[in-house]
Amino acid sequence: MSKNNLQLDENGKLKHFLGIEGLNLPVLTEILDTAESFTSVTERTVKKVPILRGKTVANLFFEPSTRTRSTFELAAQRLSADVLTLNLNTSATSKGESLLDTIRNIEAMQIDMFVIRHQDSGSAHFFAQHVKPGVSVLNAGDGQHEHPTQAMLDMFTIRHFKKDFSQLRVAIIGDIAHSRVARSQIHALNILGAAEVRVIAPKTLLPVGIESLGVHLYNNLEQGLKDVDVVIMLRLQKERMRGALLPSEKEYFNLFGLTQERLNCANPDAIVMHPGPANRGVEIESSVMDGPQSVILQQVTFGIAVRMAVMSMTVGR
Amino acid sequence: MSLPSVEILIDKLAQSLKPYFPDGQDPANQPIIVGIETGGYWIANIIHQTIAPDTELGRLNISFYRDDFTTTGLHPTVNPSSLPTDIDGKTIILIDDVIYSGRTIRAAMNEIFDYGRPEQIILAILVDRGERSIPIQPDIVADTIQLKAGNHIKLSGPEPLQLSIKTLIEAG
Repeated sequence: MSKNNLQLDENGKLKHFLGIEGLNLPVLTEILDTAESFTSVTERTVKKVPILRGKTVANLFFEPSTRTRSTFELAAQRLSADVLTLNLNTSATSKGESLLDTIRNIEAMQIDMFVIRHQDSGSAHFFAQHVKPGVSVLNAGDGQHEHPTQAMLDMFTIRHFKKDFSQLRVAIIGDIAHSRVARSQIHALNILGAAEVRVIAPKTLLPVGIESLGVHLYNNLEQGLKDVDVVIMLRLQKERMRGALLPSEKEYFNLFGLTQERLNCANPDAIVMHPGPANRGVEIESSVMDGPQSVILQQVTFGIAVRMAVMSMTVGR
Repeated sequence: MSLPSVEILIDKLAQSLKPYFPDGQDPANQPIIVGIETGGYWIANIIHQTIAPDTELGRLNISFYRDDFTTTGLHPTVNPSSLPTDIDGKTIILIDDVIYSGRTIRAAMNEIFDYGRPEQIILAILVDRGERSIPIQPDIVADTIQLKAGNHIKLSGPEPLQLSIKTLIEAG
């Protein structure tokens, strides 16, 4: 049995949300459709619905985060849940408490849902295996494994602007090796039936065996961008680099930085996405980031609706 | 059991609601017709076209407000709610196909108050099948139908609109 089956209940409904791998088209489509219906909530006078009233959500962030943490918080609040956010990189774990003890202690506070970000791959699965029945676990990024809500908000953004996945060429560019976002995106694009997924990166930033996920590899940005409809930039994860994978940031920008001139190799109506935080002038030129093809800020807005969707789906089954 | 024609019932509702839209009424004071997804919205749409096509039409999807949400889940394929931006001080004519326990109307009113503070809500229902669980009563009803225990009445549509009785097992 795949470890991702842990995510589904006996009726195939989402119980935890740990990764895209192992999920099917109906589940992903349900997430996108549910998110769609939540977008109208955020445009009302009272930006709140009572779905999670009386529930308590604990956001456990063992790694720093701004966007993901705050949009998870807002999503939970807009569903009327009570929210507790703990930045654990500076708390108990630095005092030597084990992950299991952390779970047990926070669970003792009568928590209904955990949102967890952790530096170790598989940590969200570990949580899901050890929480009490009826408690949901959402993965907000585990090591270099998956970041499924980010991938789903990216899919939501793509569907919003491009409607149909079956005709789309999507390029993911940059630090694939260290990116849990890229891994989740590739699985999601495959499940949703994108026509072609390309990854464009220097060889040192490509993980071994990435071709097995059905992607086409490019080491040249201009060639890789030809006829592409969606351009997804990734952040150069300087903090995760071990050893000399790149000569310098300047050289990286010269070869792999997205400039307007290079973007012009893609289809004229191509959209530019970035999960943030972006390094301006390292992986993306400022004028492209702020330019007409960029949908980076819409991604952030959609992130709230997508997280509301996943939270409500795991509770209401 | 023979069921009444939906067309006749909708017409009856429309006639009862017409006095809320007198000729020469200031558009700012006109009531807003709001239908509850899905059946109530089909009916609201027809009534809106018949008696007040120039006014705004609202749609409520109460999935997020149901008190049985944790057991029945969401229904994302139904269209999301859309109400005119400003409902403060307005009269709302809330329309649904069938009233039974009253819980749907309670949920709908909770949602309406998250959009603003209407002056008045008029509840218009196609079929009242009785057996309320909470103290909510419609202002206008086109027909009242008594059902045997375990039976449910359902409006199918939108083309054609038809009422049918289902036993609990059939209704799933």
